[in-house]
Amino acid sequence: MVERAPILDMICHAILIAGAMLVCVPLYFAFVAGSLTIAEVQKVPLPWLPGDQFLANLQTAWVKADFSRSFLNSIVVALGITAGKIVVSLLSAFAITYFRFRYRMLAFWLIFMSLMLPIEVRIVPTFEAVANAALPLQWLADLLHVADLWKWISGHDVAIALEWNMVNTYPGLILPLIASATATFLFRQFFLTVPDELCEAARLDGASPLRFFWSILLPLSVSNIVALSIILFLFGWNQYLWPLLFTTDKDMATAVIALKNLIPRSDSEPAWNIAMSGALLAMLPPTLVILLLQRWFLKGLVDSSK
Amino acid sequence: MKAGSPIATSSIWPEAPAAPPSGLARSQHKSPGETVAGRSAVTERAGRARTTKRGQPDREPGLKRANFGRGAGLPTLLLLPQVLILVFFFFIPSLRALTQSVLLSDPFGTTVHFVWFDNFKALFASGEYRQSLVTTAWFTVAQNVITLAIAVVLAFATDRVVRARSVYRTLILLPYAIAPAIAGILWAFLFNPVVGPLAHMLHGLGISWDPNRNPNDALWLVIMAASWKHICYDYIFLVVGLLAVPVSLMEAAAVDGAGPVRRFFLIALPMLGPTIFFLAVMNFIYGFFETFAIIDAVTHGGPAGATNILVYKVFVDGFINLDLGSSAAQSVLLMSFALICTLLQFRYFDHKVNYGV
Repeated sequence: MVERAPILDMICHAILIAGAMLVCVPLYFAFVAGSLTIAEVQKVPLPWLPGDQFLANLQTAWVKADFSRSFLNSIVVALGITAGKIVVSLLSAFAITYFRFRYRMLAFWLIFMSLMLPIEVRIVPTFEAVANAALPLQWLADLLHVADLWKWISGHDVAIALEWNMVNTYPGLILPLIASATATFLFRQFFLTVPDELCEAARLDGASPLRFFWSILLPLSVSNIVALSIILFLFGWNQYLWPLLFTTDKDMATAVIALKNLIPRSDSEPAWNIAMSGALLAMLPPTLVILLLQRWFLKGLVDSSK
Repeated sequence: MKAGSPIATSSIWPEAPAAPPSGLARSQHKSPGETVAGRSAVTERAGRARTTKRGQPDREPGLKRANFGRGAGLPTLLLLPQVLILVFFFFIPSLRALTQSVLLSDPFGTTVHFVWFDNFKALFASGEYRQSLVTTAWFTVAQNVITLAIAVVLAFATDRVVRARSVYRTLILLPYAIAPAIAGILWAFLFNPVVGPLAHMLHGLGISWDPNRNPNDALWLVIMAASWKHICYDYIFLVVGLLAVPVSLMEAAAVDGAGPVRRFFLIALPMLGPTIFFLAVMNFIYGFFETFAIIDAVTHGGPAGATNILVYKVFVDGFINLDLGSSAAQSVLLMSFALICTLLQFRYFDHKVNYGV
């Protein structure tokens, strides 16, 4: 529909420019502050134009927050979460759409119920669970009196103390986050739209279920996988609460957590120039991802909304 | 995705949106729009609708007609990774929260008493928790209103303009990539009472702004940071939704003499009703749970508990004060919030009035 409303169009442009400014002003000031010396950044008011210390500050921030280590951690964690979520949810979606078995609906509802349990509401018990992932097995052992049984069989006294501590490990950072109801439902929806004829043809040709999954379903899902991967990568990179609890060792800190140590507190030197440089560095990888892969990012964002 | 179309066809616009003039298709991004309707089909209802369409009403919902039969071995194996993670990291911890919430134990775990609902009673009796409830209510409602209002205005403007539309969209979507913690840090700097440029402007206007001392200022600071980070999410859904509003309706209204603004408020916005409802629920979920990082990076719940939202309090009581019973009771209450939000979302999916937008 073509319609001339020049005044309204101008207002709309003004609104959008205001919106873009709303986004850019904090980023611009971060850039300005990140390019000043520590003396300049404390001067009031802050200058409107950037200084010449940008690269030096980036370097200081990089070293001070040990970003070479924490970026590596962030990349491992973000990619691990992405890959883990995709694999786990592809497999479960395949199972609940293509097989008729007794616990199918039970599995569906179990996965659905996990939507109601965001990690933030069960921080303490989840921490305990991952701090010693063997705890449930220990209960089981206690419950079944395995120790007594062993004594009865072999005559030796044993105490069963199972421990599998995942604090400060990559699995501890990744595993609790890779169950995904959202991704499972996304793939389930997609599988439901795949023509039945494909499966029938594959079966006629003698393909096993896994062969069908690998040679037909997976290639068909590529665009969904790519789109979702971007969202999940951002999700993984921007994790905060879980790494905060789980990285008591500085060497395991992710970029966002490492950045936190750069923020000036009331009792320290207000090095906002370093803090802002660090913030720009830590937001760079996800920003590049959405700028370069915008088309896929949009698809992923709209698809993955529960 | 076509899975959403059964709902669309049963909507009150039988002819128009069954195959919506899909989403961003007009701006060459075909795929996102296609799937707007797709997200409404998570429910079993959609599955059933498909079934009846194929004329096999006896089929199980959500199961392919061409499937691999009844063997339970392989599917169990396929489901195992997800189910194991769910059991170990979701359900067992949740059950533990439930049991701990009715127990009273000292920080070293040496003595444990069963105390029925004393932990809950103590929570509601404590002024601190009630203050936290009020703070959370203010925080989430203000964040929700600000985010939605700005997103609606921006989406309307984006729908109108032709030139530079994708540039605007890219810029406005940028905060999606930024971690909540970092968004919080950016805003903490802007409004830092000593060096922040915007705080300086406020001081210039004669406002004594100091989020480190003044509880109200601190609350506004985290509300602004949280909204800034989340506008992009609401925005993109509204933009995609607006593109899917049937052009024929808009043209008919234009012929009847309704101007662009009036058409937006009387046609487009009501048709986006379900989307807005969905976004409001998502905003609440975001406000309740994901804003933890902003609080922790900016205010630590202070000053004087002014930004001590429920999620932050669970964390402080559980990990710093080591009051496990109370923390677990708070977890249980938060779970019921999450439950309500999920049910509301479910209602959105299941909504009878879905215009396919």
